Amino acid sequence: MAKITLQDLRHSYRGNPRNDDDWALKRLTLEWRDGGAYALLGPSGCGKTTLLNIISGLIRPSEGRILFDGIDVTDATPELRNIAQVFQFPVVYDTLTVYDNLAFPLRNRGVGEAEVDRIVRQIAAMLDLESTLTQRASGLSADGKQKISLGRGLVRSDVNVIMFDEPLTVIDPHLKWQLRSKLKELHHRIGRTMIYVTHDQTEALTFADEVTVMKDGMIVQTGTPVDLFERPRHVFVGHFIGSPGMNVLRCEVKGGKALVAGQPVESVNAGRYRGAGAGLQLGVRPEFVKFASDGIAVDVVKVADAGRHRIVETRLGDEVVNMLQPEDEAVPQGRAHLRFDPAHTQIYEDGWIVD
Amino acid sequence: MRKTANQKAWFFVLPVVSLVAFNAIVPLMTVVNYSVQETFGDNVFFWAGVQWFEQVLRSDRFHAALLRQLMFTGTILAIEIPLGLVIALAMPRKGPWVSVCLVLMALPLLIPWNVVGAMWNILALPDIGLLGYGVNALGFEYNYTRQPGSAWATVIVMDVWHWTSLVVLLCYAGLMSIPDAYYQAAKVDGARPWAVFRYIQLPKLKRVLTIAILLRFMDSFMVYTEAVVLTGGGPGNSTTFLSIDLVKIALGQFDLGPAAAMSIVYFLIVLTMSWIFYTLMMRNEEI
Repeated sequence: MAKITLQDLRHSYRGNPRNDDDWALKRLTLEWRDGGAYALLGPSGCGKTTLLNIISGLIRPSEGRILFDGIDVTDATPELRNIAQVFQFPVVYDTLTVYDNLAFPLRNRGVGEAEVDRIVRQIAAMLDLESTLTQRASGLSADGKQKISLGRGLVRSDVNVIMFDEPLTVIDPHLKWQLRSKLKELHHRIGRTMIYVTHDQTEALTFADEVTVMKDGMIVQTGTPVDLFERPRHVFVGHFIGSPGMNVLRCEVKGGKALVAGQPVESVNAGRYRGAGAGLQLGVRPEFVKFASDGIAVDVVKVADAGRHRIVETRLGDEVVNMLQPEDEAVPQGRAHLRFDPAHTQIYEDGWIVD
Repeated sequence: MRKTANQKAWFFVLPVVSLVAFNAIVPLMTVVNYSVQETFGDNVFFWAGVQWFEQVLRSDRFHAALLRQLMFTGTILAIEIPLGLVIALAMPRKGPWVSVCLVLMALPLLIPWNVVGAMWNILALPDIGLLGYGVNALGFEYNYTRQPGSAWATVIVMDVWHWTSLVVLLCYAGLMSIPDAYYQAAKVDGARPWAVFRYIQLPKLKRVLTIAILLRFMDSFMVYTEAVVLTGGGPGNSTTFLSIDLVKIALGQFDLGPAAAMSIVYFLIVLTMSWIFYTLMMRNEEI
């Protein structure tokens, strides 16, 4: 187990990076506490897999250092780093039984058979694999195989960190939820540092205590799921997390007050804005938009039923404002007025929150 | 299930059936025809029943040829399969050397079979051939036209040179299709190179190895051109394999009946052994 520190990491797959686009990772610093559950969240191509491979030692970063418990491991091999990794597609040793698969990392390290047996049975019990121990691993379903991959990381008690690279990609939807709660439960039981890489917000937000959102090789925000939801530091986080994502509207700020379409709107941080007023946007999540008797005038254009609530799409000039309405509340037709919850309305300048 | 009354679909398979009939069934039936009759030419036939089959199966000459054939096939399989696997494992996975290696490997496969025989025939001649002269210069007595041992060694080395590439290319393709994640997982699990080979590469290569063994078995069991150009089946009968013996009987002695019976027995042996190989290697394999 270890605290993981990433210092000023940069990485480029080109030999001679010239401009910003040549960097797959653009200078990033991050610290993960020992025993935490973390997620790296971002769209495809944002650099999260590069980062994962740098941590596991499969790629050496172009610049910067990686420390495990304060010790520099930048040049250490994956074996020396003592990590475990669960891949996107299940990796099992086909010809071996489930038992032998779980015993594999221990036997490779010369652990005695009595000890191997004790640990394998304990881990198999945790993963509900006991009944399949004598079966060949190749005969198991995808979720069973992923459990084996995970199990091979869990049998080693000295593992610094367990990393997951989109581990639920090939799992049937109804089993995803089960396996996700299993992971969460395991993290509570064994308390090892786990890093979960995904582009699926639900997986990241339900698994991790702290989520790092990445975009274009940069960290956009690191925070708890609640932080990311209520206080997105960048409009990208607002868009990427939540369904539908945050509404982002053009606005002005005059005398510490925000104006949307000429109407004053109260917000958390308009008072802190000192600039000249270019590139300003107002962000408010659909959850915090309500119909009101007066306020911002919009046209209701679409109502979509989403189970316990409805997604109402309205138009403010050429911009769209989405809102979530409880299903038992009436939705006005045509012209309506909206009010934004002041505690959850933020002003952004050039994409970043005004602070 | 109820059978449909409409049988018109049979007409659609008729072209294929007639094509297969002309290129496979008709020639095969000709052989069957010869195998149960005696002929003295002029298209005069006498019914012979299973006489030729009995003769072939009881003949020492056939037994000897079959034994030589089994020894030859067994030896080249025992050399080519492991050697091909080792070369495939040693080949680079990326970089400019990949294409160089692939071309080098493919070269022997591109040479016409009789040319291969002729090449080795000259190369191994003890007086003017580079190989034959060199081996003798090293102090070994080597003359493939006179010593059965030398002839065998030359035939086997030639076959290994000619066909190991096929095993290499099949294994290489198999190795390239193993996803990187397996190797990464093995690294993470602390697996030594032997464990990587035993538990990742070998299981993943099982199917291509099955194909390689089957192809090499069938081809080597029917080996003819290279061997006949190199040694002509000699010295004596020492390298007369089944196919060479068959040609001697059919076209040398014009014993069409026994040759036809032998062809059928030969064919059935290849078929049965291929089936046994395939079944053995594919058991416990879920498709």
